[in-house]
Amino acid sequence: MLNVDSIKNGIVIDHIRAKRGLEIYEALKLEELDCSVAVITNARSKKMGRKDIIKIDQSIDLDLDILGYIDPNITINIIKNDKRVDKYHVELPKEIVNLKKCKNPRCITSIEQELDQVFILTDEKNKVYRCKYCETKLPRK
Amino acid sequence: MRNLIDIKDLSKTEIEELIKVAKDIMQRPEKYSEKCKHKKLATLFFEPSTRTRLSFEAAMIELGGNVIGFSSASSSSTSKGESVSDTIRTVGCYSDIIAMRHPKEGAPLVASNKSTVPIINAGDGGHNHPTQTLTDLLTISCEKKRLDNLTIGLCGDLKFGRTVHSLINAMERYKNIKFVLISPEELKTPEYVKIKMEEGGIKYIETNDIEKYIDELDILYMTRVQRERFFNEEDYLRLKDYYILNKDKLEKAKDDLCIMHPLPRVNEISTEVDDDPRACYFKQVAYGKYIRMALILKMLDIK
Repeated sequence: MLNVDSIKNGIVIDHIRAKRGLEIYEALKLEELDCSVAVITNARSKKMGRKDIIKIDQSIDLDLDILGYIDPNITINIIKNDKRVDKYHVELPKEIVNLKKCKNPRCITSIEQELDQVFILTDEKNKVYRCKYCETKLPRK
Repeated sequence: MRNLIDIKDLSKTEIEELIKVAKDIMQRPEKYSEKCKHKKLATLFFEPSTRTRLSFEAAMIELGGNVIGFSSASSSSTSKGESVSDTIRTVGCYSDIIAMRHPKEGAPLVASNKSTVPIINAGDGGHNHPTQTLTDLLTISCEKKRLDNLTIGLCGDLKFGRTVHSLINAMERYKNIKFVLISPEELKTPEYVKIKMEEGGIKYIETNDIEKYIDELDILYMTRVQRERFFNEEDYLRLKDYYILNKDKLEKAKDDLCIMHPLPRVNEISTEVDDDPRACYFKQVAYGKYIRMALILKMLDIK
């Protein structure tokens, strides 16, 4: 297995569904950080078969809504002085704001640029989000 | 302050109250002729409409109120690039209540977030049209004397037709409702609407044959195939005349069938049906004014 240095103080985002690591990297704008960030894709996992992992060599505030929307099964590990001091799971957020744009050309957000792009969780079981304004379903990858 | 953006904004009890008031207005119009004296309704129609705008305006006038507004976006400051929010804040300074139609879906919700006066959604694109649904409910209540125990045929464009989706939504609250969904394959009811019906315990049958179940129907709700919903003219031309309701097709229908249509119609109901006592679509237009009168009173909190 590929070796990536462990981190002393920072965050490990684990159990990301395989091949979604880069999507999270982009959504969290991790390219804007000055510290080391490792995105490991297709790592072997007993639980998942294959998974992605992101290691961030710095403590930062994570947008849990974004993480929960992209993949509600991930776990977040907080590392301090080489030790995991906290571990938690994310949940599907009730709403997501300005992460995705409504694709419905008839939606009011297509002409009024100052409006937030808001999607509301309308079906938790099937993870369906709908535009707050026009109720168009947000497609999931 | 109340707004009506989606039919779901009203509870079953509130809808029943509106129907009761509308029926009272029909019987005793003089009692209501000055209820809205010195009140102004603004009708902001960013896209054209015949029935809805005139119905709102007639409703307010019959309540003794006044009407201001515009009937196309080109005659408003929208043509100069003004946002919906700014237009609404401005018009709120001149009026007590606003009825608004807009081609963009969700525009009335945006308006309601900024408005200082109640907003009534008079139609937003292919999305919501709650006062049409209220009109339909009043029509059913008056013509069938009940809102439960009904078999309702919905015919035509069940994919894009906002009125039928809203009607299904509203009827979910009543007991023993069964829908017969009559449409060509390309214009079938969307899956999410059917899933909601299943979850709500509503029975439905899908068919493309209008005559197959016509003898079972209490209500036949016809819809227009809307040109503006098609990207391909060929598809529109192929489907627009798929169903034409005529006397022959009504042969086996019940004597007390109620034929409804949100109008405008194109070809889907032959004019020979207009004189049939079961044709209710022009009465439906009249009911629309009364339910809007009741709604204006409710929104302005006038007893």
